[in-house]
Amino acid sequence: MTDTALLIRDVDKFYGPVDYGVHAVKKLNMDVRKGEIIALLGSSGCGKTSTLRMIAGFEAVSRGTISLGGREVQTFAPVRRNVAMAFEGYSLYPPLTVRENIAFALKASKLSQSVVDDKVAGIAKLLEIEDILGRYPSSISGGQQQRASLGRALIRDASLHLLDEPMGQLEPQLRAVLRGRIKHYIKERGLTAILVTHDQTEANALADRIAVMEGGVLQQFDTPQKIKERPANLFTGTFVGEPPMNVFEASITGSETRVSFGLKDGVRLEYPASDFSHAVRDALMKRQKVVLGIRPYSVRRSADGVAGRVAVNQWLGDQTHIAADFAGGTMVLVEHDRTELAVGQPIGIRLDPSSLHVFDGDSGKAISHGEELA
Amino acid sequence: MDTMSPVERVLRALALTLVVVFFMFPIFWIFLMSFQTNETILSIPPSIVFSPTLSNYAALITGKLQTAAGTLDIAFMRNLGNSIFLSVTSVAVALVLGVPAAYAFARHKFKGSEDIAFTLLSFRFAPPLLVLLPLTQYFQWLGLSNTYFGLIWVYQLICLPLILWIVRGYFEDISADVEYAYRIAGHSWFATFRKIALPLAGPGIAAAGLLAFIFAWNNFVFALVLASADKQPVTVGALAFITSSGIQYGQIASAIVLSVTPTLALALYAQRYLVEGLSLGAVKG
Repeated sequence: MTDTALLIRDVDKFYGPVDYGVHAVKKLNMDVRKGEIIALLGSSGCGKTSTLRMIAGFEAVSRGTISLGGREVQTFAPVRRNVAMAFEGYSLYPPLTVRENIAFALKASKLSQSVVDDKVAGIAKLLEIEDILGRYPSSISGGQQQRASLGRALIRDASLHLLDEPMGQLEPQLRAVLRGRIKHYIKERGLTAILVTHDQTEANALADRIAVMEGGVLQQFDTPQKIKERPANLFTGTFVGEPPMNVFEASITGSETRVSFGLKDGVRLEYPASDFSHAVRDALMKRQKVVLGIRPYSVRRSADGVAGRVAVNQWLGDQTHIAADFAGGTMVLVEHDRTELAVGQPIGIRLDPSSLHVFDGDSGKAISHGEELA
Repeated sequence: MDTMSPVERVLRALALTLVVVFFMFPIFWIFLMSFQTNETILSIPPSIVFSPTLSNYAALITGKLQTAAGTLDIAFMRNLGNSIFLSVTSVAVALVLGVPAAYAFARHKFKGSEDIAFTLLSFRFAPPLLVLLPLTQYFQWLGLSNTYFGLIWVYQLICLPLILWIVRGYFEDISADVEYAYRIAGHSWFATFRKIALPLAGPGIAAAGLLAFIFAWNNFVFALVLASADKQPVTVGALAFITSSGIQYGQIASAIVLSVTPTLALALYAQRYLVEGLSLGAVKG
């Protein structure tokens, strides 16, 4: 038996006629191993929900193949795919109580009543909905409906669990608690899950690997750490991370001993050539236009740094966010102490070469991350 | 509602009373007339004090209409039976055909689906007289004139578009994901249609059926032209009360009372479904 749970090959999705309609998903390739939790992360309209619904069988696949457990299923009706799904809009059956809604998902599995009762009780405890099991969907809150819908999906013993924005309606505290529990539940049972979310905290906390999508194109499919540290392109770099990565267009000049980035307003960042590996230097020197990216928590203040001017200074209770006017744009810094800086005050900014991400100015593809080639 | 002042309350009650009187008085008056003879009805000034008689109802039920010129045979009870049969069967056929069609139009966008749905709707706004003449010709060729089958077929022009368009709206209001959730739990689309879509749209289907029944019941012109006396419904049968020796107001009134009763009873019974149907939106997530 293969340990691949899901294989997506060259999948296109058009709404409307193929090749002429709205191209929602473009040549998607993805493989998911058994027992993995995958997050499809992206903004609205990026194609993540379309992808999920194609896997479930609610949307036709315009081109390409989807295989579940080794068999191609793209033409199968949902009933034959053995997948479970939690819907963003909850989609509970109005005439049934929460308990019946959840138990109902087990009907096809023909378990005895006592086993079903045990399972429902277990999942209800996990999701903290024990007290509303006897209520009807119309009489409970959105967050409770969402948890009931999540329970209905998780209780099943399907080969793949699809979770569409499973926690969007929950309060932050509950969300944090449930994230941990749900991950544990999925891992303990060896389930395979794909969740769609636009919340990167959720993706980072739950997923083994994250698939970042934008404009119907898979931008990067990697572990949360890799996505953060080695973004494949400018989109992933700026989309993932909070506050977002600072980016500045730059032109490169250099010699045997120096690498110099020319930013707007005549700002120059000079580094000794030894700060970069040979390969990186060669790659950089081939370009003229690049985009420099640096995470706000990697930016340091230093008296001998490049001059900037404080525009905003906010203490958020556990960290300070400083926005400074810098090289014709804004540089955001995160510091962990409360910083007393007045608006308008000049500061020196130092960008450590080891935390610099360099992207191609035209394609947006990553060239280097710190000292290493992308 | 609680913020209404007493004055507002009184004015509101007054306005409602006026509306009720305006609409209900004719029915009330007809109800009174049905227990009077033609002479008391036509007396001037009219009076609500009279000695009630059941002779009008007796005449309708026995089928013997007493007029100044003698006794006439009328087929009112048969007409009433025809009305019930034609309306019930037409609505039943329209439900069987229309509800699945409405579901298809609501859930699946296929080539020409909007055109087909709109064509069906257009039967409702084309004046019946426009199609009556060619229809009569066709029906004669096909041997469908003066048959229940033919009439029920023509009644589909009235019932089917109504049911199709009303029920379609109800199906569209049900979140498709509720059905998907059912299908992904291991059920076929047909089971989903039966177990999820139909029950959820139930109140809407009942409301549409009732409306179609009323429209079918009230139909006059198709039955007038396409059916002869023994197949005609009450709407056409009532013409028999306009006799050579005058209009039989008393019998007309009692005929109206009898013919209004089924629809009124049905509407009163179905009222709670109608209300439920209209508040379906409140259940959505």
